Amino acid sequence: MEIKVLGPGCPKCQATEKNVREAVTEAGLDAQVDKVTDVMEIAKYGVFGTPAVVVDGEVKSVGKIPEKREIMTWIKK
Amino acid sequence: MPDECCAPSGNIMILACSGGSNVGQLSNQAAVELTREGFGKMFCLAGIGGHLSGFVQSAKDIPQMVAIDGCSVGCAKAILEHAEIPIKSYLVLTDLGIEKNKDFKLRKEEVQKVKEVIKEACGGEQPVLPMGETGSSNCCG
Repeated sequence: MEIKVLGPGCPKCQATEKNVREAVTEAGLDAQVDKVTDVMEIAKYGVFGTPAVVVDGEVKSVGKIPEKREIMTWIKK
Repeated sequence: MPDECCAPSGNIMILACSGGSNVGQLSNQAAVELTREGFGKMFCLAGIGGHLSGFVQSAKDIPQMVAIDGCSVGCAKAILEHAEIPIKSYLVLTDLGIEKNKDFKLRKEEVQKVKEVIKEACGGEQPVLPMGETGSSNCCG
């Protein structure tokens, strides 16, 4: 599983990344979590704002800090 | 970096049908001008129509949005419904008494009228922030 957190590094983006990493750890998943900070790279996802979370190529959340329990629903198979 | 630098909260998503008639192009022109003036931010309805997840999810997660159809055919509305996106504010330009035709020479007074009605549909004036603070030209794309 590949998870990307889109955001240039503001507090909301950092909080999102933290929640994603914790959710992955708690779920015991072997997932790759990448932070995407490059504005042009973020633009390729067509999101209206950041932070955004992408799971296996699908955008799951835009413009908010998703809670861990919500992230769990995206990553649990 | 400010807490709100990247979040679209407080920013209105503007979705125009941008169709092939005077009213379709009026919706487009009004959306462009409102974006340039700092009232909301025009977003890509075609991306939603293509069911691209970044566009669809953005429209689902945005707190405030206005969809504008030029005429009662309702293409913008249909696109949003097809993508299961809740429609928050909505208007049809022919309902304002503007007749649909194929004259693409848009009248300034009609563009102005449409902009005012869009603002009313969104609940009035929004604070005009400098570019970069609303996500209009920054990381938030």
